[in-house]
Amino acid sequence: MKYNKNLIFNIQKFSIYDGPGIRTTIFYKGCPLSCSWCHNPESKKSVPEILTKDQNCKGCGSCLNSCPVNKLYINNGRVCSVKDIECKGCGKCADCCINSARELAGKEYNLNDLVGLIESDQIFYDESGGGVTFSGGEPLLQIDSLEKLAHKCKMHGIHVAVDTSGQVPFEYFERIIPHADLFLYDIKIMDLKSHKLHTGVSNNLIIENLKKLSLNKAKVWLRLPVIDDLNNNDKHIDSVLKLLCSINIDQINILPYHDMAIGKATITDRVEKFKTPSDHFINHMQKRFQDNGYKTIIGG
Amino acid sequence: MERGFTKRTQKLRNESVSTKPNISMERSILITEAYKKYEGTVDIPILRALTFRHLMENKKLHISSGDLIVGEKGPSPLSVPTYPELCCHTLDDLDVMNNRERIGFEVVKDDLKIQEEIIIPFWEKRSIRSKIFEHVSDEWKDCYHAGIFTEFMEQRSPGHTVADGKIYEKGFSDFIADIDNEIVSIDYKNDRRALDRKVQLNAMRITCEAIISYGKRYYELAISMANNEKNPERKEELLKIAENCKTVPANKPKSYWQAVQMYWFIHIGVTSELNNWDAYSPGRLDQHLIPFYNQDTESGEIGRGKARELLECLWIKFNNQPAPPKVGITLKESATYTDFANINTGGIKKDGSNGVNEVSYLILETMDEMKLLQPSSNVQISKKTPNNFLRKALEVSRKGWGQPAFYNTDVIVQELILAGKEIRDARQGGASGCVETGAFGKEAYILTGYFNLPKILEITLNNGFDDYSSRQIGLKTGEVTDFKSYEEILSAYEKQLKHFIDIKIIGNNIIERIYGKQMPAPFLSVMTDDCIKRGMDYNEGGARYNTSYLQGVGIGTITDCLTSIKYNVFDEKKITMEELISAINSNFEGHENIYNLVKHKTPKYGNDDDYADNIMKSVFDMYHRLVTNRPNMKGGTYRINMLPTTCHIYFGSVMKASVNGRLSGKPLPDGISPEKGADVNGPTSVIKSASKMDHINTGGTLLNQKFSPSIVEGEKGINNLASLVKSYFALDGHHIQFNIIDKKVLMEAQKNPDDYNDLIVRVAGYSDHFNNLEKALQDEIIERTDQKFN
Repeated sequence: MKYNKNLIFNIQKFSIYDGPGIRTTIFYKGCPLSCSWCHNPESKKSVPEILTKDQNCKGCGSCLNSCPVNKLYINNGRVCSVKDIECKGCGKCADCCINSARELAGKEYNLNDLVGLIESDQIFYDESGGGVTFSGGEPLLQIDSLEKLAHKCKMHGIHVAVDTSGQVPFEYFERIIPHADLFLYDIKIMDLKSHKLHTGVSNNLIIENLKKLSLNKAKVWLRLPVIDDLNNNDKHIDSVLKLLCSINIDQINILPYHDMAIGKATITDRVEKFKTPSDHFINHMQKRFQDNGYKTIIGG
Repeated sequence: MERGFTKRTQKLRNESVSTKPNISMERSILITEAYKKYEGTVDIPILRALTFRHLMENKKLHISSGDLIVGEKGPSPLSVPTYPELCCHTLDDLDVMNNRERIGFEVVKDDLKIQEEIIIPFWEKRSIRSKIFEHVSDEWKDCYHAGIFTEFMEQRSPGHTVADGKIYEKGFSDFIADIDNEIVSIDYKNDRRALDRKVQLNAMRITCEAIISYGKRYYELAISMANNEKNPERKEELLKIAENCKTVPANKPKSYWQAVQMYWFIHIGVTSELNNWDAYSPGRLDQHLIPFYNQDTESGEIGRGKARELLECLWIKFNNQPAPPKVGITLKESATYTDFANINTGGIKKDGSNGVNEVSYLILETMDEMKLLQPSSNVQISKKTPNNFLRKALEVSRKGWGQPAFYNTDVIVQELILAGKEIRDARQGGASGCVETGAFGKEAYILTGYFNLPKILEITLNNGFDDYSSRQIGLKTGEVTDFKSYEEILSAYEKQLKHFIDIKIIGNNIIERIYGKQMPAPFLSVMTDDCIKRGMDYNEGGARYNTSYLQGVGIGTITDCLTSIKYNVFDEKKITMEELISAINSNFEGHENIYNLVKHKTPKYGNDDDYADNIMKSVFDMYHRLVTNRPNMKGGTYRINMLPTTCHIYFGSVMKASVNGRLSGKPLPDGISPEKGADVNGPTSVIKSASKMDHINTGGTLLNQKFSPSIVEGEKGINNLASLVKSYFALDGHHIQFNIIDKKVLMEAQKNPDDYNDLIVRVAGYSDHFNNLEKALQDEIIERTDQKFN
């Protein structure tokens, strides 16, 4: 891992859909998958980068001189970037942007600052049965720092959940298991080809890791994103159920796709538009899992 | 949808919400008659008592068809008396009331004539309002008109007092016996107050007789209505009402129904005697009613349903009494029909044990079903409160219109003990009005005025000169650009703050004495321990505890302003003081960079960020230090609380742009809430920031949180809300309440008010119809940070 520190693109307090109770969710930057429906496109790259909201840019030029590599210029009343020059992700242009048209995604935090931020809401975790959730991106990509952070949280009696894509070497899991109370584990598409097409990787490792996690008696909530025309079919449900025969999980969360990310600050046109699956299908899916004895919840 | 547990309460509620408030001259005429008859011939306390008696013996009685509880302040529901001995309205005032778009009162032509020919000639120079403006200094007036502070007592009398349990153990003939006992034991040989004592006690005695007469008159009316009633069921009810009025208020109540009637007679008595702020409240109603409830449900006298219907009848009675009409700045600070009767449910008992009982749940059901602006209803939550009660209260609160509010019993008790109350009195205390703490039945805790904390910084930065009123109202503490450090600015601010607090308190001292001498309240004195024992009036300091409050407004803004100066000018040196001042002087026009810096890139209160929150603490401590424990004129002391009613709109309107990016004329945040849009880390961070304030050193703070409905859906939603409340209370927060509504709905309601007549929102320490709020206040509520999940 290039960064020894924690590279974080968002910290969400009062997070109520990422595990039990009131939580703080730490979003790690960097992801091995490139899901076509991804809600957090800024989570992909493992380096800080600038997000722009072009409609906010008034072309005032406040940012131009701040750029140490002279990447910025004005064209047609808007700030543009010279493609050939690499952005260092220093964030200076975002600092001086008056109109909130530029934002830095990805900030390095040292361990103790993060522990402080997480601990500051401990009273709410205690009251609600909440805690901290490490999400991303893929938090396990930063296993060196994550391991230390999770360990500290555990020492402070904070419930730790890890929200993972599963696409990392299993040894990363082995290192985090002693410090994690719960894994939120995504199974996106069971069909291998389709998985590769829409996420950029095969799902072999993801499924293997889930099985191993189960063997290690880790507590797992399986999270199943549902996207219209992609995995909203019984075949997908059947394959998940088949997979579940060989593993132990605590509950299933069905996460219907929504298009909130459209309109979010973007880096590129990475986000494709997908449709939200019908309530009818979601209810059907819930019932199928429930009929098979799984506690199944719609939403986080 | 018809609201009401029975057809009867549906009908009564419907009448209450559909009648337009109107002005009644009845009281003005009656008190003028009494003054013309007695003034000059008797001592002032006796004059006030005889006036009260004249009123209670002659005011029109009213029993609506279906009424189970009787008594109205005016001649009929929603008919509002005026109090010319306090504030003698001009014809213009009445015209404004009749025609203003919001919080209007119908005034009929004939009444204008009465006002012009009878009321104004007699009261114009006699009114307390005119005496106040005669006696206070010019500098007080300058500050008042500049919007530095408001004055609660210029149109309404001191109040903020709540009933305790004695009225369920004693009737007024028993109070007369108590008074007579004191009269015979007056020590004329040694006590220099002996004569005063006699006069005060005699006055109190007359008011007891007056309320007994009032009850007797209702007894007679009910009997005569029963005699003419054809419907046997109603006839029986009227006879029952007659029986109730034969018992109370002369004697202690014998049944649940009579207990409710007893309180209501007293409510009418207190609020007819004077128009004291925050009307009157039954306090710990659930604890007072439970013995009667248990007795009557066990004997089969009433069932749970009847008990609930009677509570609904009481609720409707509260709603039948809009706040006395206000004008001028007093209207701006409290622009609402709500008169702030605030019922405390739950909490703990005298012995410190859990106070929740079956009537507590009945009260929750009643407020839920009635959904009325009045009375304000809250729940007190202690660490002993069953989770079930908290969750039931949250289920009502989740419906989004702001009731019940949540108060922290354990903190209230500590606040009261810190202010010198005995533990038993503290445990039976609570919050009234919006959030103000007091020992029920034993304390006069007077709110004296709102105090504009951020405006004083504006004046400090302008070397004592106020641009709004174009006057040098502050001290010359130096040109701000000459200050070398943040500490120098803070120290100048402290000097100015002290200067204005001094002016306010000097004014208060004068006003307190005007009331003490000219406007005793003998009936309220009977209700408040230890006025009888001391032979001293409520307005003279007869209560066991006497507290004067000064309510700080805009802590979020003043914090962010000082933070902006410290961070941007001194610590980070991003801009100079000159640049900052020049930006606010032009409302940030042409200074977009500075606006962006102070608005978006500066630490802010409400984010659990110690940089800003420590500044909040330092300003809070300063305000606390400069006010708390100063003596008032009643033998008590000053304390602070942090609430605004609607004053944050008015205070914002008299200010130019602030150095935190708040634009000219824009409202201040309500209560201890962060500045609009400043809190970006969600509700847990707001709660953390707010709890860094030392709530126990106040007499109440107010925190509003707005949520999107989706956040609080389902079982999980209740869990989350319960956790927020319990966490805030574990951190010693005083009060929290919720608006749970979509911003879109509010915006839609603003566009099409007629479609949203039923929309009620939480404003500050009370709820109001969205349509009753002026546009600036509507906008302010729309702009409050929506706590949602991203």
